[in-house]
Amino acid sequence: MTMPHVIEVRGLVNRFGKNVVHDGLNLDLAKGEVLGVVGGSGSGKSVLLRSIVGLRQPAAGKVTVLGAEVTGADDATMQKLERRWGVMFQDGALFSGLTVRENIEAPMRERLHLDAKLRRSLADLRIGMVGLPAKAGALYPSELSGGMRKRAGLARALALDPEILFLDEPTAGLDPIGASAFDELIGSLRQALGLSVFLVTHDLDTLQATCDRIAVIADKKVLVTGTIADMMQVEEPWVQAYFHGPRAHFDLAGQAAKKAGG
Amino acid sequence: MSELQAKASADGGTTIRLTGPVVLAGIEALAAQLNTAGATTGPVSIDLSGITTLDTAGAWLVATTARQSGHTWIGASAAHAALIDVVSRAIPSDAPVKTRYVPFQYLEMLGRLTVAGLGGLVAITGFFGLVVARLFHTILHPSRLRLTALVFHMQQAGLNAVPIVALMAFLIGVVLAYQGADQLRQFGAQVFVVDLISISVLRELGILLTAIIVAGRSASAYTAAIGSMKMNQEVDAMRTLGLDPIEVLVLPRVLALLFMLPVLGFLADIAGLLGGALMAWYELRVTPGTFQTRLLATDVSHFLVGIAKAPFFAVIIGVIGCYQGLQVESNAVSLGRLTSRSVVQAIFMVILADATFSVFFAAMNL
Repeated sequence: MTMPHVIEVRGLVNRFGKNVVHDGLNLDLAKGEVLGVVGGSGSGKSVLLRSIVGLRQPAAGKVTVLGAEVTGADDATMQKLERRWGVMFQDGALFSGLTVRENIEAPMRERLHLDAKLRRSLADLRIGMVGLPAKAGALYPSELSGGMRKRAGLARALALDPEILFLDEPTAGLDPIGASAFDELIGSLRQALGLSVFLVTHDLDTLQATCDRIAVIADKKVLVTGTIADMMQVEEPWVQAYFHGPRAHFDLAGQAAKKAGG
Repeated sequence: MSELQAKASADGGTTIRLTGPVVLAGIEALAAQLNTAGATTGPVSIDLSGITTLDTAGAWLVATTARQSGHTWIGASAAHAALIDVVSRAIPSDAPVKTRYVPFQYLEMLGRLTVAGLGGLVAITGFFGLVVARLFHTILHPSRLRLTALVFHMQQAGLNAVPIVALMAFLIGVVLAYQGADQLRQFGAQVFVVDLISISVLRELGILLTAIIVAGRSASAYTAAIGSMKMNQEVDAMRTLGLDPIEVLVLPRVLALLFMLPVLGFLADIAGLLGGALMAWYELRVTPGTFQTRLLATDVSHFLVGIAKAPFFAVIIGVIGCYQGLQVESNAVSLGRLTSRSVVQAIFMVILADATFSVFFAAMNL
């Protein structure tokens, strides 16, 4: 596949004091691809995400997003980039002083000059798209349940119709019905928009349902990448434990056969 | 740029053809054009086959136009059709409830504020009672006192405040001597500057200004610390573990102030007198010896009246700071609002208490 890469990470090094989190990490995200990033707790998945979106300056290495270098980028470049990606943080990270609708309007207000009515309609659309009831728009984040906060966070990430969507543990805390609806939503959005998704998750069902490719982070770098069927063949003990463990209940053999057949 | 062409079709209807990218940028202009072009009598269909890029905003435009005006859309690629389908299912079907503004809303707001204010007064009195009850409980069971926390807060609110309090009092002494000197010199009554300084510093200013500084430092710190614990659900966690937040968080803080504010007030008195003495010597040639003699001639009751107010101020500051901290909800805005409210309220209540004390001591001829 010679799809252009929307994200290229080369030789990334991240350290916290003496604790090295990443040491020469390489990773690519192709356009229109959903990449699932998995790894043990503390293996640096979230740190990787923060490095890519420029929230953290890595100790060494190069991160290129949509053709522009993030490491050491100036403010103007970052502003242009921020317009083109959306980030959903683990617990939504909504602005607690604004209602859900105002949260979603915030990036539009900042970046686009739309009239208030249109902005409101578009915000309401986002609310509907992530499966929140219409009346949730007038509520404050503290009045929402954990799952609803996540959805509102996603709605805000989608506010500017981004090209790349970063999702940090999107389905954790959602009930199974909500989680699978969420998986479906990601699927339909990427299909229609050519959305590229960088997904940090532990949810094996999400990995299976949405991801084209999975990258396993261990030993401070990307250990293996490949489809979920590839993962089943990997001999590495951690990968084995992850994808063959007691919680990997889904019928991977059947899925793999179906994929191969179709 | 996106373009729009309207054409009359054979069956008397109109076909509107959209070409180019239909995306968030420029959506407003396109919406207006679409509205104008679609305002015809016959059936209207929107041809989407020329669209290169479609995002959710564009899909929203097509879907809402179709829904509101009964237009149909044709020629969309499979991906675009899927997106429009997803979007049209997500558009809220009923109009959002508008907030209404009634003419008497300010009157209503005034009423609500008054009730809320009175309610707050009742609540803080209740909280004060609770703290006192816990205090007696702790006095009966001294082993329940969090000694480490108490000492920590005594250092934070007391020891660490010494430099700023001493400097402030010293400068107040200097200012009083300087201003007093000007006036007293006119009457040749320079030596009375000592009475002016000693009475005003010992009786009022030393302790009042110390309490104001401590209210600014510690009431805000208490509210912010307890408030962020509340936001973090630490306070809830304490309750589920059978720990009493009043005993663990509030008592050490209030007691620390209760012990340290009189000490700080005493230090402020000394610093104020030093500043006054220095300025009197420099400006009025009142020697330290004379200053000391006249100082010792003033009634000791001035000092006692001043320092007696310290524990009351301490309780006011500590209780308000902790109470406001416990009122913080789970959002960052309330933390900021309540922190500033706690400082304002603490300072206001300290001054109110000071005024009450003045009346009281005057009535008692002290």
